[in-house]
Parts: sequence; C-alpha cells; structure tokens
Amino acid sequence: MSDLATHAGGTHDAHAPHGGAHGASLGDAHGDAHVAPHKDYVGAKTGMWLFLFTELLLFGGLFLVYAVYRTLHAHEFHLAAASLNVPLGVTNTFVLLTSSLTMVLAVTALRRGDRASTLNSLFWTIFLAGVFLVIKYFEWSAKFAHGLYPGSAHLKELPAGEGLFFGLYFVMTGLHGFHVVVGMVLLTVIALQVRRGRIHSGDFVKLENAGLYWHLVDLVWIFLLPLFYLTN
Amino acid sequence: MSEFDHTLHAEAEAHEPQPYGTFIAVWAVLMALTCVTVTASMFWPGRAGTAVAMAVTPVKASLVLLFFMHLKWEPTAFKVMFLTAVSLMALFMGLSFVDYLYR
Repeated sequence: MSDLATHAGGTHDAHAPHGGAHGASLGDAHGDAHVAPHKDYVGAKTGMWLFLFTELLLFGGLFLVYAVYRTLHAHEFHLAAASLNVPLGVTNTFVLLTSSLTMVLAVTALRRGDRASTLNSLFWTIFLAGVFLVIKYFEWSAKFAHGLYPGSAHLKELPAGEGLFFGLYFVMTGLHGFHVVVGMVLLTVIALQVRRGRIHSGDFVKLENAGLYWHLVDLVWIFLLPLFYLTN
Repeated sequence: MSEFDHTLHAEAEAHEPQPYGTFIAVWAVLMALTCVTVTASMFWPGRAGTAVAMAVTPVKASLVLLFFMHLKWEPTAFKVMFLTAVSLMALFMGLSFVDYLYR
C-alpha cells in the first residue's frame, strides 16, 4: 500500500513539470490575447538610447574624417565652403530647430492627455521636415547645375582638398537627409497610432522614442551647420 | 525586481510633463544662439568666427539633449550611460585624430 502510494506520487511528480509547463504556456497565450501585454517603459527607452549611440558612432566616424581632412587641407576647405549657400543652410537650421520644438510639444501634450494638440504638433513636425527636404532639394539642384555632384568631371578637376570637402558635404548632408526621410515616415506611422488611440497618455513611450530619434536628427544638423556652411 | 531596478523605474515614471513654456524658451535660446554663430562667422571670418562656433555649438547640443531629449529629468543611470558613451567616443575619435596626423 505504502509502495503503491509512493509509486503513484512519483508518477505524478514526474509528470508535473510537463503538465505545469504546458499549463503555463497556455496561460501566457491566453494573457497575450485578452490581458494588456507586459510593458517595460524604462527598457524601451534604454533600448532607444542604445540605438542612438550607434547613430552617434555612424556620424562620429564621418566627423572624424572631416576633422582630419580639414586639418590637412584647411585652405581648400575654406575656398570650397565659400560656395555653399549660407542663407539656405541657416534657414534649414531654423526649420529643424522649430520642428524639434513641435516634436517635444507633441510628447508633452500627449502626456497631458491632449490628443488633438499632439496630432497638431506632429503634423507641424512632419510638415517642417518636408520643408527642410524641399530647401535641400533646391540647394543640391543648384550645386548639380554647377557640375558639383558626386563623381562629376568638374569635381575631379578641383584641387584634392576641395573635392574632399564636397565629397564629405554630399555624404554627410545626404546621410542626414536620409534620416529626415526616415523620420517623416516614422512620425507618420506614430501619428496614425496616436489617432487610433494605440498610443495614449498612459502608454506613450513609442512617441517619446520617436521624439528622441527626431531630436538626434536635429542634433546632427546643429553640428553640420558650422562645419560646412560657416567655414568661409 | 532588484532594489536598483525598483528605484530606476520609480524615478523614471516619476517626472511629470514639463510646462510648454519651458520648451518654447529653450527653442528661443537655440534660435538666438544660431544667430550669434552665423553673425560671428560673417563679421569675424577665420579663427575668431570658428572659435565662436566651437564654443556655441556644444551649448546648443547640450540644450537639445537636456531639455528636448529630457535627459535633465531622467534617472541618473541614463545620464551615466550617455556620458559614458559620448566620452568613450570622444576619446577614440581624439586618439584616432592625433594618430592620423602625427604618425
């Protein structure tokens, strides 16, 4: 009798982990479908900052190349920089700084539960990003019209230092411009989620992280302005 | 959840949304500093203009990081993380720069 009880108990124990695990996984699936999924606000924001650090490395490497070649070709860099359109560069700085303001106002408005203001601010952020790209389009078109574009014959005839300046100008403002395009798409997706109520005052980390990305784009431009436009 | 995690989460959730005016003021300062840099480069081309740009640009960057990117109100762990990453990058960039020019 005692043996039988032990045996029965042993059998039960041996099966318990399997049964338990099975039960738990069923429970999880049930939880995902009907209960609010687990959220990690700090973890989400930490992850965003880690991504931003990789962005800093991406642009940092280019800034390093710029620093080395500007030191080696100081005179040519000044000559080449003089041909850039300063008013357009400065206007774009004002545009991006203002879009950064509307971005942070969007995050603040959502945290205060004001969805209409959030959407309004996001619209202006995306609109100003578009204005930035339109100005960039006219600026680059003028350069192209003067035979200045990556790999152009005119660029190859210029002294090495000026060629390097324009090479870095196109790569760095081009990479930055690409980030502006990505930002416009990202902010549009986020704005739609805000409108559908999927991002709200109780769960706003996606909007906040999109904001961090947008401010980084602004941050990079803050450094590009003096390096390229104000070097004459 | 460890005590550290708990503190981190409590601290991170704690900060209330700032008044809109704070950000508008920071934006106005950023616009003004941009004007200072541009004016300096026009009136003092060359070294003086570059010196002004080199002094003002990090201030502008800090304003964006502290206020727009909320670092001012983040828990200490975020500030340490940021300073570590940026210091390391500055160190490696500085060493590479010196190495390239003086090897």
